[in-house]
Amino acid sequence: MDLNSILNLGENALQLGLISSLTVLALFLSYSMLNVCDLSTDGCFTLGATVGAAVAISGHPLLSIPAAMLAGVLSGFVTALLQTKMGVDSLLAGIIVNTGLYSVNIAVMGNSSLLNMNTTETVFTSLKSLLSGTPLEQHNVLIVSLIAVALVVIFLSIFLKTKLGLAIRATGNNPDMVRSSSINPAFTTIIGLCVSNSFTGLSGCLLAQSQKSVNIDIGTGMVTIALASLLIGGVFVSKGKIPAKAVGVVLGSIVFRVVYTVALRFDMPASMLKLVSSVIVVIAISGPYLKSRYPEFKRQLTHKRSKEAA
Amino acid sequence: MLEIKEISKTFNPGTANAKIALDKLSLSVKDGDFITIIGANGAGKSTLFNAIAGDFTTDEGKITLDGEDITLMPAHKRAKSIGRLFQDPMRGSAPGMSIEENLALAAGNGEWLSRISKRDKDEFRSRLSLLDMGLEDRMNQPVGLLSGGQRQALTLVMATYNPPKLLLLDEHTAALDPATAEKVLKLTSETVGVNSLTCLMITHNMQSALDLGNRTVMMDAGKIILDIEGENRKGITVNDLLEQFKLASGKALTNDRMLLS
Repeated sequence: MDLNSILNLGENALQLGLISSLTVLALFLSYSMLNVCDLSTDGCFTLGATVGAAVAISGHPLLSIPAAMLAGVLSGFVTALLQTKMGVDSLLAGIIVNTGLYSVNIAVMGNSSLLNMNTTETVFTSLKSLLSGTPLEQHNVLIVSLIAVALVVIFLSIFLKTKLGLAIRATGNNPDMVRSSSINPAFTTIIGLCVSNSFTGLSGCLLAQSQKSVNIDIGTGMVTIALASLLIGGVFVSKGKIPAKAVGVVLGSIVFRVVYTVALRFDMPASMLKLVSSVIVVIAISGPYLKSRYPEFKRQLTHKRSKEAA
Repeated sequence: MLEIKEISKTFNPGTANAKIALDKLSLSVKDGDFITIIGANGAGKSTLFNAIAGDFTTDEGKITLDGEDITLMPAHKRAKSIGRLFQDPMRGSAPGMSIEENLALAAGNGEWLSRISKRDKDEFRSRLSLLDMGLEDRMNQPVGLLSGGQRQALTLVMATYNPPKLLLLDEHTAALDPATAEKVLKLTSETVGVNSLTCLMITHNMQSALDLGNRTVMMDAGKIILDIEGENRKGITVNDLLEQFKLASGKALTNDRMLLS
């Protein structure tokens, strides 16, 4: 394997990491800040992909981005409405929306489970023709995803320091306190989920256009993969201010994709991605718990031994 | 200023567990009143506060605050005019956010998209320095690092940042050690005094129920059974209070947390 193909693989992993880091940033907002585990993520990711693809195919590559984000906002709005106003448990609300979105996504793709964009002008090909002749031409995907991620990180860093952002963070921290600050936690939950799902939609839109096709399974397992990246990111930047944490989250997503790419080179079947991400999430969440249980376990062991000795 | 007219609340109505928590309770609070509330376990003291603050809608009756009918108003809207401290010091602040950010939310200044300004920070600093706990130098630390007493003092600053029309104190010093409790109580009296707040305080300490405020109310079985103020309250002792409770309710006062001395 020569240097060129290694660089190519590296760039691929970086692109994929950046594009999926948008979903990770969405979970950073909903899971880490709002304390809602948004299980509609898979469906919303696919929704962004299908809506973005449909709009691009209709001849509006630039419009595909706001369209996909708006679709994400709508999906987040429904999820939030179910849990704040209709008495549906927050996990269940996500699952219900996720299931419903399957039909919506098939409908958006015109009753097909696959859309091809091989000859479609996408945001990436638009930029490519814009840059044609320059050395950057081949890095169009990387450039678009870098810009998108940078904008979202900057947006989150500013947004989470505003009064509305503070209220959203407090809602995940102590809803009682939000209420006593004369703010309705239902309102902050709705805004938070609308914003986070717009990032998920954007993420799906960019992934679909970068691989020039979208199928109904494009988002399957995204929530676990994103959660794994989020938790890896937490290992890098566990303390510090929000911009640092957001960058850590993006790093987590890139590292996850790089490690995955390396594993593929060592002949790991591609289908293992989802199992690996599940295992990472389990280790990251259960690890600290099991560690805290260790003294108890040791105590039981010594107790048994002393009983046997007696 | 606060008029409570015959409010009732039954929990789990129509079941074997039905409990009448408030029973046609009426209370008229005048501007500047500092009322201490005592009563046995399950007398309905906290339920009364929850009804005033809007945690639930009462089954019947009417609550008006400063002439405004708040009977059906949701809790977060009432919070504009009602400040509240709970027994649990953890309930009033967000542990994962800094002192500064907690205060910013309590202050509620500015538009939704406004950020904490330098002027806000200076104001927070001067408010915190009044507590004399050194919190003004830790404004960027997460609230979760504070002790129970510090958190309750911070909650007091937050609840009274914009002086509320009514302050509800629900045994807010009960979970603190005696020295800290005394300090928080002193800060409370000062804050109430400086802002001339109207205040209701639930306490299990009979002595401070008589020492603090200008009026003492006793509750039993969802009703107010004793209301002492003015001349009647002067020179009264804890024993007198117990005696009067027995006369009014027909039983001795029992509260597993009550301090009689």
